[in-house]
Amino acid sequence: MFDIDSYHKADSVDEAISLLLQNPNAVPIAGGTDVLIRARQGNPDYAHVVDIHDVGDLKKITLRPDGTILVGSGATFTDLIESGIITDNIPVLAQGAISVGGPQVRNQATVGGNICNGAPSADSAAPLLVLNAIVELKGPQGIRRMPLHEFYQGPGRVDREQAEIMTALRIAPDDYQCWVASYHKYAMRDAMDIATIGCAVACLPQGKQVGKLRLAFTVAGPTPLRCWKTEEKARGAALDPSLIQLVAESVLGDLRPRDSWRAPKDLRRQIIKTMAQRVLLEALQQSGVSLS
Amino acid sequence: MNRKISCSINGKSFSTTIDVRKSLLEILRENGYIGVKEGCGAGECGACTVLMDEVPVNSCLYLAIWADGRSIRTVEGESRDGSLSAVQQAYLDTGAVQCGFCTPGLIMTSTAFVEKHKGETVTREQIRLQHAGNLCRCTGYEGIIRAVEKCLSDKDEEAKPVISKACDMET
Repeated sequence: MFDIDSYHKADSVDEAISLLLQNPNAVPIAGGTDVLIRARQGNPDYAHVVDIHDVGDLKKITLRPDGTILVGSGATFTDLIESGIITDNIPVLAQGAISVGGPQVRNQATVGGNICNGAPSADSAAPLLVLNAIVELKGPQGIRRMPLHEFYQGPGRVDREQAEIMTALRIAPDDYQCWVASYHKYAMRDAMDIATIGCAVACLPQGKQVGKLRLAFTVAGPTPLRCWKTEEKARGAALDPSLIQLVAESVLGDLRPRDSWRAPKDLRRQIIKTMAQRVLLEALQQSGVSLS
Repeated sequence: MNRKISCSINGKSFSTTIDVRKSLLEILRENGYIGVKEGCGAGECGACTVLMDEVPVNSCLYLAIWADGRSIRTVEGESRDGSLSAVQQAYLDTGAVQCGFCTPGLIMTSTAFVEKHKGETVTREQIRLQHAGNLCRCTGYEGIIRAVEKCLSDKDEEAKPVISKACDMET
């Protein structure tokens, strides 16, 4: 039996918001793969829950006529992997989704939960960061939108008010059309493991130059991080082997990896440099650019 | 904190009153479905795997109330009239069972995989990826993978010897 002191089930987003307002200690529970583990451990922060597991509106993945992709926060990782909208347009997010846990967890865990629990290791975070995803929240005061990198505030902390529900992640057409992108998770096992380092790279080539480049890492700082300085340096750079050099030399300046029992800082720094180069090459190969 | 739920378990309709704090694993075991095993209790080992609307889930991390209106399959429903299911028989034939604790969960994962990919050619990597949520500390997985391959290959055909990864590494 889970250590749950109060339980309320919502059938809609609006009902969930009003239940959260009435229960100021309550947290939303969707897939439950994080919340139930914490409730089972007797963590008092998860003793009051508002259940959004069966709110159908949150599970939709839609492609708007203008090219905007809306990923419902309640979509499971399996939903992402099996969605043609995702695999045809933003396959980098499916790469992130397939690297989560194991099949049973992917069948239950939601992308919204993965982001809202604020874990620095979230497998969907790096792909969503390089897609410039916009977080959509609905609360008592209405709808708020912000870029994902602003939503992250610290380890385990995100900019979600207690009575707000993350409804969707929004990806604009200018952030994926004509872009190439790739994600790689470095972990000690191929499944059922937390990332040692996760890396996503997206590039918008412009002729033989970098139009735009985006890099994002997980477990390389207190939150998943974009590499703003490196991205700025790479703007307009030639698409030749010097780009790999530039990225490898610059990327650590954007990140703050640390020691943990999973891996020492020095190993993480080494992995970061290697992955930045490798994932960049993987992404560029999709557009037929070979730098070697 | 009690609620009434109605679902189907192994094709039979089932209604009961549950405490909302209970996992599906607890409700199943309390009602006699003790083939469903509790291993880690934290979604890591897969011993508690059941099929929820044909999709494998860890019943230890699944609130029983979420089963309301849904259809559950456990290992108890897989043999019919005293005959093992094709997946169960393949597990026996390939020696995929040793201590047996992980077996009920693995049977359900394999059953979902075989039913989803019937008639398709699948790679060992696909089998491994889709069984990665079930831990087995005895068999080394080789027999389990062969069992899945056996189920997906033509039944009338004589089972072809499969060169294992372990053998590849030894040569």
